Amino acid sequence: MPVPRCSGPCGGARPAALRRPRTGGAVCRTCFCSAFEAEVLSTLQTGRLLPPGAVVAVGASGGKDSTVLAHVLQVLDARHALGLDLRLVAVDEGIGGYRDAALAAVRRQAARWQLPLTVVAYAELFGGWTMDEVARRAAQEPGRARACCTFCGVLRRRALEEGAQRVGATHIVTGHNADDMAETVLMNFLRGDAGRLARGGTLGSPGEGGALPRCRPLQFASQKEIVLYAHFQELDYFSEECVYAPEAFRGHVRDLLKALEAARPSVVLDLVHSAERLALAPAARPPPPGACIRCGALASRSLCQACALLDGLNRGRPRLAIGKGRKGLGEEGEREGCTSKTRGRPTLAGAIQAF
Amino acid sequence: MCQVGEDYGGPGPAELQPKLPWRGCEQKCMKCKEGLPVLIIRAGDAFCKDCFKAYYIHKFRAMLGKNRLIFPGEKVLLAWSGGPSSSSMIWQVQEGLSRESAKRLRFVPGVIYVDEGAVCGQSLEERAKTVAEMKLILQTVGFPYHIVSLEEVFNLPASVLQPVSQGPQGPENTYKEAVDGFIQQQQRLPEEGGQEAALSDELRRLSTRDPVGPEEAAGDSLPRPAQSTALTTLFSSVKTLTAKEELLQTLRAHLILHTARLHGYSKVMLGDSCTRLAIKLMTNLALGRGAFLAWDTGFSDDRHGDVVLLRPMRDYTLKEIAFYNRMFGVPSVFTPAIDTKAPEKASIHRLMESFILRLQAQFPSTISTVYRTSEKLVKAPRNGGAAGPVPTRCLLCMCTLDIDSADSATAFGAQTLEHLSQKPTPPPGAPGRPCCTRGTELPRACCRGPQPASQREEPRASFIEQLCYSCRVNMKDVPFLEPLPPYILTEAQCRRQRIGEIKPVATGGCGFLLGTLTQIRPSGVPLPSSWPTSSGRAGPREGASWVAWVKQEIQEFLFEESEGEDPDGN
Repeated sequence: MPVPRCSGPCGGARPAALRRPRTGGAVCRTCFCSAFEAEVLSTLQTGRLLPPGAVVAVGASGGKDSTVLAHVLQVLDARHALGLDLRLVAVDEGIGGYRDAALAAVRRQAARWQLPLTVVAYAELFGGWTMDEVARRAAQEPGRARACCTFCGVLRRRALEEGAQRVGATHIVTGHNADDMAETVLMNFLRGDAGRLARGGTLGSPGEGGALPRCRPLQFASQKEIVLYAHFQELDYFSEECVYAPEAFRGHVRDLLKALEAARPSVVLDLVHSAERLALAPAARPPPPGACIRCGALASRSLCQACALLDGLNRGRPRLAIGKGRKGLGEEGEREGCTSKTRGRPTLAGAIQAF
Repeated sequence: MCQVGEDYGGPGPAELQPKLPWRGCEQKCMKCKEGLPVLIIRAGDAFCKDCFKAYYIHKFRAMLGKNRLIFPGEKVLLAWSGGPSSSSMIWQVQEGLSRESAKRLRFVPGVIYVDEGAVCGQSLEERAKTVAEMKLILQTVGFPYHIVSLEEVFNLPASVLQPVSQGPQGPENTYKEAVDGFIQQQQRLPEEGGQEAALSDELRRLSTRDPVGPEEAAGDSLPRPAQSTALTTLFSSVKTLTAKEELLQTLRAHLILHTARLHGYSKVMLGDSCTRLAIKLMTNLALGRGAFLAWDTGFSDDRHGDVVLLRPMRDYTLKEIAFYNRMFGVPSVFTPAIDTKAPEKASIHRLMESFILRLQAQFPSTISTVYRTSEKLVKAPRNGGAAGPVPTRCLLCMCTLDIDSADSATAFGAQTLEHLSQKPTPPPGAPGRPCCTRGTELPRACCRGPQPASQREEPRASFIEQLCYSCRVNMKDVPFLEPLPPYILTEAQCRRQRIGEIKPVATGGCGFLLGTLTQIRPSGVPLPSSWPTSSGRAGPREGASWVAWVKQEIQEFLFEESEGEDPDGN
């Protein structure tokens, strides 16, 4: 079958190199890359996410999303003079055989793009706890799932915030893509997390109570297009999966999303659209957050979730802060009028736990 | 599973059910502590037969009583599909009506059955047989019944799609006041005499085109073959099973609505069970109906104004219904549906159903969690409001439009941008005409002849404009508007004229139009081999398989570079 001509702005001057997953149109490499970049720019501009002069901490994991994110931001900044000061922040969770290799990729990228890199390690921030250590402790109860992702997610966001503060950033960007958001809304329904559903939204968090505003410039880009873009730009990224990923509940949802996309390619954006338009009862929304009494970070209760989790770990009871009750943490009594249903799970720093 | 608010990781994957001290016949019913248990529901509650029956009946009445939406003496239409849930519902209504007067349910029921055999591939004999079985059961039940076939959508008047605004209802309208109002209205009717009767006659006149007479409780005549053919043509022109199912649901809803209006029913009861509603909720999320979840899965659905749809069975799991039906002999009739025997990956509905049921087997609280979350959804109007003081409604699903073309910081905005950036800029003289120029990937029908382009695209574009997000996505799989029943096309035309023909087609509609005629997925591409089989996830997946899958997946989107091509950029 002859290769069709590009249907993009070049008007067929070049043969098509790929077919865009969502729309099926055949485009050449140049048109695809410029279209991709234009869409990211549009997300930034219409959402007014990054004002000029912003010092932007890019959460870099070495994986495809954050690599593409950093690359595109650089390109857009240079091309359109957005006035952004980009700094890479990488988080070292201490997962052997995975994170060290990923960090090597981040270091290579930082060297190539000439961007300053800061690495924040769990071990340093959280009193010697690495994810491997957490996993070992949490695995001590037989017959129960380990909940590694719970710990890692909360602690990583805390670490990212810390890293961003260290480099003096005004904004944090992460590489969450449309597939992540779609998976998250499905997960939240399956887990019954009305709090996150109510809090979530596609424009990131504005930043409250001293936490930095966060956004996700790639949030409407499909995962396949990110991989295609990285392929065409020949970006060097780390492509292994986390060692603990097979245990995660998200895996179920990811498989479902794969299958749904085959039945209807636009399902990812349809899910994001649904998520934007959810209407939850006011009682389901989480209470306005205050500050953690221990570390000062944003918290819905007296202790932020990171401190609560660490507390549990330190006391030898890893599940202390997970699930209902959180008894025995020595926190103040429940907020008035707050039933167990509306408490939900507190997050920190306007964290993007919803999407 | 990571349940929020519950002790994390209840039973791990290895341990599916909590261990019951099953000592055989020593265990007693957990309610009366005396009888021998015959079944276990929920997470280990054993019930004896009588307690189960009492529990089941109580649940039904509690659902009706708690919501207090049904007025005494009101006419309620029960939608019966022949399946176990709706059969159980009818049985409960029958039971409730025959009790002692104090606790008796006090409304006037009727039953409707929609014969969808034409769409499900049944022959006329099979349909006649099924209808005969249905009638047998309906006669024993004793309520007035209406058997309508789906072909009658071709006779519907366009008024079906016009929302009826409810009378001004104060926010403090208590149930008692509402009942009083209703009774007054009923008493007024015989005086106002022919008004209601006239309305019914009017509807009747508009709806039936041929002089056979109104479709009455008899409904003996099978539909005309021309209409059956029209229906099958419509459904075979729809490209995907997902869109077919959605279209079927829409048409069925309109038909039931019309029948209810025709015969003076102000409420319709649907037999959706908890399991079905949980699946429906997740399916609707994937279809882009996040804004309307409260209407689609809540207890009451008042989008049509005068006729309210109720779901009294929404607290029952399919397991409870099945057990009840079996133990107490509730009759039901099996009819194939449009997706019977379809492969698992054929439509979003099927995929979601198998996913949820599989997950439920592994994590037994899945469905109840989704149900609980759905109870927290409210029927909030969109903030920011659509254009104008009265928000426009979707043409097909009658919900308030959830698309705001001006707001591009959304998924919808991103999609239209994607479409627009892909095309060469259209000639400035025709802002609403995304006609194909050189560089289009497929030579489309609209450009084969020079003239029909404008005439065919304009009505379609304005049609699409009147739809909500999910209906638009569905319409992408419906290539031609002509096979649609006339009432839809007429109403679309009316609305277009009301808005004004000169209104420029907004970029939103334009963008979707571009997508409608494009083949979205390359056909004949084999699915990646590392996809999960229908047996589901047996355990932890291989570490790197997902990332490898994504890389493999993009291979299908790349074109092979042929030799001798322009090396520029490739």
